[in-house]
Amino acid sequence: MDINRLQRVSDYQWRIEPTGKMRVPAIIFASEDLIRDMDEKVYEQVTNVAMLPGIVEASYAMPDAHWGYGFPIGGVAAFDPEQGGIISAGGVGFDISCGVRTLHTGLTPEQVMSAQERLADILYHRIPAGLGSTGSIHLSPGEMDAMLMGGARWAIERGYGDTEDLERIEEHGCMQGADTAQVSAQAKKRQKDEMGTLGSGNHYLEVQKVVEIYDNEVASAFGIQLNDVKISIHCGSRGLGHQIGTEFLKKMVLSAKSYGITLPDRELACAPINSSLGKNYLGAMRAAINCALANREIITHLTRKAFEQIFPGIRLDLLYDVSHNTCKLEEHSVGGVTRQLYVHRKGATRAFGPDHPTLPADLRDAGQPVLIGGTMGTASYILAGTRQGMGRAYGSACHGAGRSMSRRQATRQWRGTQVKQALASQGILIRSPSMRGLAEEAPGAYKDVSAVVEAADRAGLARPVAKLEPLICVKG
Amino acid sequence: MTIPHWEHFEHKADIGVRGIGNTQAEAFEQAALAMSAIVTDLSHIEPKQAIDVACEDPDQELLLVDWLNALIFETATRKILFSRFEVNIEDGQLTARAWGELIDIARHQPAVEIKGATYTELKVYQEQDKWVAQCVVDV
Repeated sequence: MDINRLQRVSDYQWRIEPTGKMRVPAIIFASEDLIRDMDEKVYEQVTNVAMLPGIVEASYAMPDAHWGYGFPIGGVAAFDPEQGGIISAGGVGFDISCGVRTLHTGLTPEQVMSAQERLADILYHRIPAGLGSTGSIHLSPGEMDAMLMGGARWAIERGYGDTEDLERIEEHGCMQGADTAQVSAQAKKRQKDEMGTLGSGNHYLEVQKVVEIYDNEVASAFGIQLNDVKISIHCGSRGLGHQIGTEFLKKMVLSAKSYGITLPDRELACAPINSSLGKNYLGAMRAAINCALANREIITHLTRKAFEQIFPGIRLDLLYDVSHNTCKLEEHSVGGVTRQLYVHRKGATRAFGPDHPTLPADLRDAGQPVLIGGTMGTASYILAGTRQGMGRAYGSACHGAGRSMSRRQATRQWRGTQVKQALASQGILIRSPSMRGLAEEAPGAYKDVSAVVEAADRAGLARPVAKLEPLICVKG
Repeated sequence: MTIPHWEHFEHKADIGVRGIGNTQAEAFEQAALAMSAIVTDLSHIEPKQAIDVACEDPDQELLLVDWLNALIFETATRKILFSRFEVNIEDGQLTARAWGELIDIARHQPAVEIKGATYTELKVYQEQDKWVAQCVVDV
């Protein structure tokens, strides 16, 4: 991106004053280097979002922002329904409520390494990954609706997962306001056999070791110590979310005109929050959030079973589960006034600061855990939301490394077997159904996640707590 | 005469599909082949069984997205990968037959699961003697 088009607010905050149809400014949180590496499309998209009706304060881009669909990936925007605010299917994305959850293991890296091959095989065997895989759960229509209303709570009631997990999941594991009548028969059909599946692309299950602690106090509140072994699961609402995204995107494209909305880009399709289409999407999207929460809960259950096979009696407690593709109704203070806003986070993680009422009591002093996924070969980070971040971008932070190279470029540069061997020589075991998929996801095809995390820290969005490196990665 | 063909184009996070043919229908067939080729090598998919697909939209660009999304839905629910298409388009009504086979994870090694066809870089147009149909798909 041409940095000369931006106004420097600080080393990690850049501003675009409203021009033309922009209703508010656009603000990008990133280092100068990250900005220079960003696609020019991010500029176009973050300013397009600033044109949408009812947007409050600014259109934001996180340090890992890249070219998305309508909204940039790494985009955050809040809308006020009382001021004609909109909700956008593209602003949430196809993979509704895609997110990360991290589990404690209580194991040492030595214990894992002594059983590394076997553990990798068992995890790969038990957790369906990639296109063409199906779960062992097949939902009847009644159960489908119960799942869409109940989320992780539904999963636990059916014996997948522990009740204690709920405290550590956003919305206590169950998104209120879901409306199963707005979820089409096609979306439900697409999900029937997909519960407890990982999906593909950048989705994964990783066994990781903690290699660095940046904040002892918060790390201890999160239950993280140097050399701990953790498990991170990255996936979303599977076929159901994709189908809902597809269907509502089209409905919003077709109806925009009737709502008097001129779209700078078709992909920005949206509807007023207070319209019937807006409400229908909200109900369907919330059902998809529950689907994602149930899915990650079932995968957690399968992971526990796999670990028990090797480490009998082991407990895998949930550290936290947070999504990065959502639209949520939240209370925020804007210029000293408390307002109810619909906050879109597309490829951006909620990062609420200390004392936020939605946080579980034992995390209230520390702030919300912010789980940032890296690549197979580099690192993941755990951050914490800050008070300062609440006033930056509605308590939001980055979500991952972000690609620096297209899939095509990656397959020209690497072969999957090569990637797998190189990682094995670093002590990282990969299990995946597709060698080409591995080449496409090669660590070198991603931006430096450390630079992204550093920028999030310096910009005041969230504070780094710990760095984790992979030992085993199951990739879809 | 254009020899119908397909290609991929760059998108940082995802990938673009472009079909080129003598008619709109041919361009749509080729775009669908480009989409299958994101998942696996087309030569690995045997056109053993056929299914019928239909969709409609007066806007030819929206029709392309509907067509590709209909195929994504069929792949997701029937677990079939496709390698041959026959498309007819009349007055915004698309009817098609798609040939393929059940996914064999070991043999096909599907690289990705496609989430949806998008309106990004979406274009359907006629240029001299050829038709082009393209968009980015989210993987």
